[in-house]
Amino acid sequence: MPTYDYVPHAPGYVDNDGPKIVTSRFVHEDSHTLERYEATNGYEGLRRALDRTPADVHEEVRDAVVLGRGGAGFPAGVKWGFMPPGKFPYYLVVNGDESEPGTYKDRLLMERDPHQLIEGCLITCYALGLSQCFLYVRGEMPAAQENLAQALNEAYAKGYVGKNIMGTEFSVDITLTWGAGAYIVGEETALIESLEGNRGMPRLKPPFFPAAIGLYGQPTIVNNVETLSNLPWLLVNGFEQYKAHGSEASPGSRMVAVSGHVNRPGVYEIEQGVTTFRDLLYGDNFCRGIRNDNELKMFVPGGGSAPWFFPEQLDLPLEGRTVGAEGSMLGSGAIMVMDETTDAVKAALRLVRFYARESCGKCTPCREGTTWEERILQRILDGEGRPSDIDKLLDIADNISPGPYPVAADPSQGLDAVPFPPKQTTICPLGPSSVAPITSTIRRFRHEYEAKITKRDSIPVMAAPMSSDPVEVG
Amino acid sequence: MTAVENEKSTVTVTLNGVEIEANPGELLIDAAERHGTYIPRFCYHSRMKSVGMCRMCLVEVDSGRGPALQPSCMIPVGEGMTVDTESEATKKAQDGVLEFLLINHPLDCPVCDKGGECPLQDQTVAFGPGESRFVEEKRHYEKPIPISDTVYLDRERCILCDRCTRFADDVAGDTLIHFMDRGNSTQVNTFPDEPFASYFSGNTVQICPVGALTAKPYRFKARPWDLEETISTAWIDSVGSRVTIQSSRNQVLRLLGVDADSVNWGWLSDKERFGFEALNSEDRLTAPMVRVDGRLEATGWAPALAAATDALRDVDPARIGVIGGARLTNESQYAWTKLAKGVLGTDNVDAQLGDGLPVEAVLGLPRATINQACTPGRTVILVGPDPKEDLGALFLRLRHAVVNDGTTLIELTPTRTGLSTIAAHSLHPKPGEVDLLAAALVDAVSGDAHDAAGVPANAIAAAAASISGPVTVVLGRASVAESAAVTVDAAIALSQLEGVGFLSALRRGNVHGALDMGMAPGLLPGRVPLRAGCDAFDQVPTEVGMDTIAMLEAAASGDLDVLVLLGSDPLSDVPDADLAERGLAGAGTVIAVEMLPNASTLTHADLVLPAAAPTEVDGTFTNLEGRVSVAEQKVTPPGTARADWMIAAELALRLGADLGVESPESIRAEIAVVSPVHAKLTETALADGRVEGVLISGSSIEAPTASGSTTPANDAYSLRLVAARRMYDNGTMLQASASSAGLAASVKVTLNPTDFEKLGLDAGTVVKVISGRGELMAPLAADFGVPAGSAMIPTNAPGSNVNTLIDASASVTDVRVERA
Amino acid sequence: MSYFTAENLETAHEIISRYPRKKSALIPLLHLAQEQEGWVTDNAMRQIAELADTTPAEVKGTGSFYEMFKFHPVGAYMINVCTNLACQLLGGEELLAHAEESLGIKAGGTTADGMFTIEDVECIAACTEAPCLQVNYRYKLRLTADDLDQLIDDIRNGRATDIPEHGTLGLVRQHIPAGAGAGIVAPEQATERPVWLARNDAAAEGREG
Repeated sequence: MPTYDYVPHAPGYVDNDGPKIVTSRFVHEDSHTLERYEATNGYEGLRRALDRTPADVHEEVRDAVVLGRGGAGFPAGVKWGFMPPGKFPYYLVVNGDESEPGTYKDRLLMERDPHQLIEGCLITCYALGLSQCFLYVRGEMPAAQENLAQALNEAYAKGYVGKNIMGTEFSVDITLTWGAGAYIVGEETALIESLEGNRGMPRLKPPFFPAAIGLYGQPTIVNNVETLSNLPWLLVNGFEQYKAHGSEASPGSRMVAVSGHVNRPGVYEIEQGVTTFRDLLYGDNFCRGIRNDNELKMFVPGGGSAPWFFPEQLDLPLEGRTVGAEGSMLGSGAIMVMDETTDAVKAALRLVRFYARESCGKCTPCREGTTWEERILQRILDGEGRPSDIDKLLDIADNISPGPYPVAADPSQGLDAVPFPPKQTTICPLGPSSVAPITSTIRRFRHEYEAKITKRDSIPVMAAPMSSDPVEVG
Repeated sequence: MTAVENEKSTVTVTLNGVEIEANPGELLIDAAERHGTYIPRFCYHSRMKSVGMCRMCLVEVDSGRGPALQPSCMIPVGEGMTVDTESEATKKAQDGVLEFLLINHPLDCPVCDKGGECPLQDQTVAFGPGESRFVEEKRHYEKPIPISDTVYLDRERCILCDRCTRFADDVAGDTLIHFMDRGNSTQVNTFPDEPFASYFSGNTVQICPVGALTAKPYRFKARPWDLEETISTAWIDSVGSRVTIQSSRNQVLRLLGVDADSVNWGWLSDKERFGFEALNSEDRLTAPMVRVDGRLEATGWAPALAAATDALRDVDPARIGVIGGARLTNESQYAWTKLAKGVLGTDNVDAQLGDGLPVEAVLGLPRATINQACTPGRTVILVGPDPKEDLGALFLRLRHAVVNDGTTLIELTPTRTGLSTIAAHSLHPKPGEVDLLAAALVDAVSGDAHDAAGVPANAIAAAAASISGPVTVVLGRASVAESAAVTVDAAIALSQLEGVGFLSALRRGNVHGALDMGMAPGLLPGRVPLRAGCDAFDQVPTEVGMDTIAMLEAAASGDLDVLVLLGSDPLSDVPDADLAERGLAGAGTVIAVEMLPNASTLTHADLVLPAAAPTEVDGTFTNLEGRVSVAEQKVTPPGTARADWMIAAELALRLGADLGVESPESIRAEIAVVSPVHAKLTETALADGRVEGVLISGSSIEAPTASGSTTPANDAYSLRLVAARRMYDNGTMLQASASSAGLAASVKVTLNPTDFEKLGLDAGTVVKVISGRGELMAPLAADFGVPAGSAMIPTNAPGSNVNTLIDASASVTDVRVERA
Repeated sequence: MSYFTAENLETAHEIISRYPRKKSALIPLLHLAQEQEGWVTDNAMRQIAELADTTPAEVKGTGSFYEMFKFHPVGAYMINVCTNLACQLLGGEELLAHAEESLGIKAGGTTADGMFTIEDVECIAACTEAPCLQVNYRYKLRLTADDLDQLIDDIRNGRATDIPEHGTLGLVRQHIPAGAGAGIVAPEQATERPVWLARNDAAAEGREG
């Protein structure tokens, strides 16, 4: 049950002594109101930005090395610089489609501090000359939609958004828009497709890098909610102060959600690149250890798409480059912890099933391969596995993501880490993401797979279609 | 990528260790294929935007940062690129993709139409794994389901390559099929109760790389290895799309589109594609027929020809008439012109049925080609019928040019067309006043904008301002309820625009060949006027003869002793039903030369001679650009049906003349001598131009002169009639095509919503439409695409034919619409 | 084709006005249609096609990609139980099984009285509060089997006043008052450089000068 340092009206958020760059207002029950926002430096960042040139503001963001907090970790200021000059209009699309398994932070930011996000958008539009901003909120998050709509209405009324913002010649509109249930739409080009009124199927990059060819074919910046939420604090306090937090390669803070078999699962704002996984899982400031005094078996360090880590990796800091070199990714800051009671095959299947259900269907390897992977794993779990299935699974995975797949080191087997990122035969990383649980578990827990396989290859498989299959007649 | 020297006009790429020169901007998949390396693919199609979805074309590409698997259909060649299509990684990727495609693909090959010409089969054998490791249950769907009257969809076979949906949306603009659901459950489907009723649906069957889409006219008919084929030209309309005709055991089974860059790009309208069914119809005339006691009875060629000759012998040439000829090949047209004008001495020959334009409007104006009209950045002005209804393949070309290549389209049409949603400007003049609108447009270009034909000045000015680059006027007869003179006057006005070219939109089959061969009064073969004479003819008429309308009037007055219907149906097609009926009834002897009996034949022909179809004769065809292409024989005519030129030769012989025609080649040789513009049409040139055709240019026909007529104002109570053709109508050939016959919509009268509301009736109520000529009953409909003040009735529609309302001598047709 | 009520049609037009292109309003209009009836009917899609300048096939093709849109009637209360990894680790699957048992239907089904539909869904972004579910997209966190039974009972007896009808999303809508907006136009009409970027020129000149 929650202890005194959970914040009840921000379920999961723990008010510890970590940095408060983006979660500073969470402790207040009225954190989402304009009143509270204005009383706590609200729109001061925008005010200061408007006293500087747009190019100046862009430079500040670039110098602060604000890494993207959506999953890919690309520096925002650098991404901003990719837009070709003069090809107006430019657009800003805010990715509020938080759907990565284990991820829980953007929803809190949208529900609890919508004005902060709005201000971040305004600063961005000002810096880059963006004509319109679209706040794409996941369809299943009505409270976030409500609070953002309310905040937008308030902001328009007060002249913070719309025509002649704060009495200057800066004018921009923000449109709140909705997703409708598709994880893939969190991929930036799929998001743009969805915003154009299409099926959310990703575009090929090259040539469709959004900064070059994006919404309606125009240069478009796609940024994550948390990334933009950093900007008001940054503009008020400056990049030196920002860099005083976190590490040199990864300055600032970031929000992480730790879930699963820990004593105190929660959403924490941590020092990026400083806090280690051990701190997070065992620290008193954080999750206070594994439940029931169980042993840690494995954990997902960065959302469902991340290859798994094991006790050997506990001392790594939560830093993009480090984690990447060690065979995984920091991704969306979603850590799912599994103790010794967890069936590795079952856990792997659950994630693979997620990717199979969420595949958009556009490209062959992902559309067919992820469901095939799911079926094989289900058969193994159901006692219908065959010995050849394990290597077949690895080969199918290889046809989706060729070459050695990123994986953590395993000293007990004398195996090194294979660094991130994976290769892909697919258009987007969703297909390759389905491979992460497979390679991670087979490499480490092959015996668990073998133990479930009791039949011989020569016995034909009489597996019934799965309930998730489209067995449609008529 | 480093900068490329400006002098170099090619891009050097290393392909499998060998340096090749590619064109700048060329896709890697195309460059490789041109240099002999075929990269397998499914979703890529050279005439559609690449999407890089199937992943079959992945090859290892190194642009300077190490080799990476890239979809070659999406990558333009880059200087210094290194490509390996045979590396281990490439082969593994190919194995993988094919295995993935096959895991849910049903084992249908033995019963699937596509077997034997199936890219999935072929590429699996060439590039794929030997076995599948899939042991689970495959996806199942009800199979197949009809998605339209002609096309069936088998979703189990579908590999979701997006070709059909891309075609429907991007090329045809008929977004009636779409991907539904997501991921492994994705399927192509239609909206409930809204079938894939596109005029171009047949193209999806041709481009589908598996047997998911099949066409009802071809299902289970043959295996590809049973088929013989020849390249030919579609005869259905005047675009002259390039096709292959495929037959087995002497029956035409299928037509496929061939990619001719100058013409149709491989696309066909469904009417072009499935129209061959009419040629296989049981109703084909297989023997001559003679009317005995009011009924047509079969007879032999000898007595039939004797009867025809008896009718023709010693008749005053001024009392002989020939209506029709657009169905014929160029060679047959020449033979008939030679017979009529050179042997019989009559100039009363007209291939058009009063529903087209005078020959000066086609041969007397500077001409443009389709490619010229569609050159990026130019302007097209449409003064004519809806290309989507009349000239399907041309519509697709124009649509592509407007959507993709920045062509500005200005419509001066009586109603909205299939291009209106993408036109830069759609101006709708009052029927009978397009000439005033055209003149006003030209004035506006010079800066003087004024209202005209019911169109406000600012709309005309905006249209004029958007004209950029050379203009092509697509010129045809938009409505047969108004006289051709108005369209000709519009053309004359527009001919003042700088650099203008005209692309004819006369629609009927080989009508342009007919004009080239002299099948109009005052004309001789080779685009020369009567007075120029013709060395190859024994004689040439001295007086200019009658056109179809005049011939029918003469016949109605008892002044025509012999009327030859050369593949024509005046009762259905002449825009004056009353005149046609009186004319056919009043003519002395009516001789019809036909493939299938039509309304005119059945009611009035005294003698019917069976003609061979386009697939049953060798010959050439001339399209609306003046492009000549081969139309080869593939099967034998049914019964004793004969080539039209043979019939002409037989008649000439019995009349004591020798036409000197022995074969299509010999006729072509004579044409080349007689007509300087056809001199380049050697057998070699034709052989070289089997795909692209040979463009014939030049003409001695003078430009048309203004009619000087004005259109009367209509009274406040009446609407002005617009009678336009729809792609599917009650035409004989179409109704004899089993798959297409039912697609013709019944007649209806469509009004603008404001006029509709004034009547206070529900849509679908049967109303009476009354003109000065007659009346017609039709259900009522409303559509904002019909301008206020007009009433639209399609021509030759099942139910009632609008030509009962039209008076051919009037410049416009005013009608009243009343409760029935 | 008419499906939307007069009031919803007005809302529809307002929504469309907030996008540079009509078709971008497709998903929001589908939500609006679902809010009106509880599911998306064919007639709704026909009218949306007209409003967004496209075909019904495209509306259905786009709509069917997204899970939230239901093309057949569903229960008044849609219970979405998350069984993704974080929730599975803390009993999400057992919670789903309990829901199925309590209501007598399998996931994907609707109770005979039309009250409840159960769905087995993917991550709903409340992972630290596992196991959790949504009822008509309103969160219920850290649920035990008893909590779930209580919830079902509350709904049955009208005590769940915080849960609106299926299809209702955010209870507050955005409105841009007339004249307050910067002006939303099609991209072709917005090709001029935004005026405030001129501030960069002045600074650049200042640096050069």
